[in-house]
Amino acid sequence: MAPLSHYLVLSGILFTIGVMGVLVRRNAIVVFMSIEIMLNAVNISLIAFDRYLGQHDGQIFSFMVMAVAAAEVSVGLAIVIAMFRNKPTINLDEFNLMKW
Amino acid sequence: MIDSVIDFLAPYTFLIVGAVKAVIIAIGLLSSVPLLVWLERRLMGRFQVRLGPNRVGPFGLGQPFADSLKLLFKESIVQNSADKFLFYLAPAVVVFTAIVTFSLIPFGKPFEIFDQKIGMWVANVNVGILFVFAISSMGIYGIVLAGLSSNNKYSLMGGLRSSAQMISYELTLGLAALGVIMITGSLNLQEIVDAQKTVPNILLQPLAFVLFYIAGVAETNRAPFDLPEAEQELVAGFHTEYSGMKFAMFFMGEYINMITMSALITLLFLGGWHSYIIPVPDLLFIGPLLVFSVKVFILLCILIWLRSTFPRIRYDRLMTFGWKILVPLAMLNLMVTSVFIVIF
Amino acid sequence: MELLIFYPIAALAVVLALFVVFNKSPIGSAVSLIGLMLCLAGVFIGLSAHFVAILQVIIYAGAIMVLFMFVIMLLNLKDDDNVIWKSREGNTLLTVLTGFLVLGILYKIISITLSADSSKPAKIMESFGTTAEVGKSLFTTYVLPFEVASILLLVAMVGALVLAKTKID
Repeated sequence: MAPLSHYLVLSGILFTIGVMGVLVRRNAIVVFMSIEIMLNAVNISLIAFDRYLGQHDGQIFSFMVMAVAAAEVSVGLAIVIAMFRNKPTINLDEFNLMKW
Repeated sequence: MIDSVIDFLAPYTFLIVGAVKAVIIAIGLLSSVPLLVWLERRLMGRFQVRLGPNRVGPFGLGQPFADSLKLLFKESIVQNSADKFLFYLAPAVVVFTAIVTFSLIPFGKPFEIFDQKIGMWVANVNVGILFVFAISSMGIYGIVLAGLSSNNKYSLMGGLRSSAQMISYELTLGLAALGVIMITGSLNLQEIVDAQKTVPNILLQPLAFVLFYIAGVAETNRAPFDLPEAEQELVAGFHTEYSGMKFAMFFMGEYINMITMSALITLLFLGGWHSYIIPVPDLLFIGPLLVFSVKVFILLCILIWLRSTFPRIRYDRLMTFGWKILVPLAMLNLMVTSVFIVIF
Repeated sequence: MELLIFYPIAALAVVLALFVVFNKSPIGSAVSLIGLMLCLAGVFIGLSAHFVAILQVIIYAGAIMVLFMFVIMLLNLKDDDNVIWKSREGNTLLTVLTGFLVLGILYKIISITLSADSSKPAKIMESFGTTAEVGKSLFTTYVLPFEVASILLLVAMVGALVLAKTKID
């Protein structure tokens, strides 16, 4: 394997890009995709540590991350569809009914 | 001079052998597509009590070549409203995934030549069948992207239908294959075939075979499940806007997928290259290859037969059939299989 | 040799991640994200986690991204012409502060990992990361989390149905 730090740096860069996407984009679907990038970045570091320590625990944890991601995406996209039904847009700034 | 070249190349033999095998299989696969098109048109003609193409060459064998020549020289039209990059990417994805999937298929016993043990496959990975499913699930994107990038409502409907259909039937495909995997205890396709030396899996898993075949027909978008391209309601579905060679690539992808699916069914259920009734001598690699090809050929003929026999089923019935009949049956099969494995 | 494979894949992954964030059309973002998932599957294979790599392709690239594509098709989203770089009303300061916070955390993490001696990975068996090995620990040590995950997926399925279904009054 390449040195551990390489994987961690890659993971950090991807995580930062994901955070940036959540912060700057308005499109609800793109925000979701940025969250997926963050989850994937976490998976990289989990599996890199796993390989470094020679055990399987991190891989199991990355399955859990994938299961959570699948659940999150299915519920989240259902919310997006419900939102779209109320107001024909998925721009997150338009949904400010809770704001007084 | 030659000795030094050989010495230099010796550590990389596996790379050279792999590359040669990959090229042979890619070319063989691509050149078998016109033959399959010819076979389909001739057989369809017979099923419908007409002759089929018989003017170009002996038995009309030249017809597919004439057709592909025509498609090659046809002007490739890209409408202004299309997303250019994705429009060009979609057919490439379809053909790429179809060819890569076939590289995982072993089609004969390993044989020895020039002191080299050569397996009859391009790649033999330990997660074998999972890899096949992974790559074939990437093939959906070709159709989805074609539907999205064309900017045409018929294409969009076709893409939407096909993605829903393929996701639904992929589930059945995986669950049906799981029964075979449980019996064998391995994901490696070669080991699955080796485990069927005496009894083919079709006798142990008849229900799984039927389910896998039906789901396989749906996965390859063949009639009676060709909803994505139902010409009566959707013009031509996801490839409405495609013409010329790009259209031909969708066509090629579909036929390669047919071959791959038949090969997969042969490996999982029909015992691959083992011959059960007539003993076939090995003869280096010709014997097993012949047995395998005959089985695949029969399955392909059955696929064509299905197409000319059944009418296309309605879209909501397709979904109901997939989720309410096939998936529960596949789960039942899995449960019964696991109980039998625990008992015996 | 590993670095020769790792660097191009990692660079491609970062570029694709940037494409996801900066692409104007959601379709382009989704396609870039599929590419990113495939790149990461390549990274996982480099870490000899073959089974996870395959799952990455099947679950992320094959299932989750199809869901995204499906919603994009269903809502028929075109390029959103809104300005991307307009900050949310009054939240510019918060955004900048959060950005600095994340960068600071990452800097700390990276400086710690770079200072640690990470040049010697553990010796692993040939069977590391294969389906059999991972499955063994999944169904023995981690059987409870596995079952909980299955319940989570069931709950998510029901939740998605309830949310997306039109009201029948």
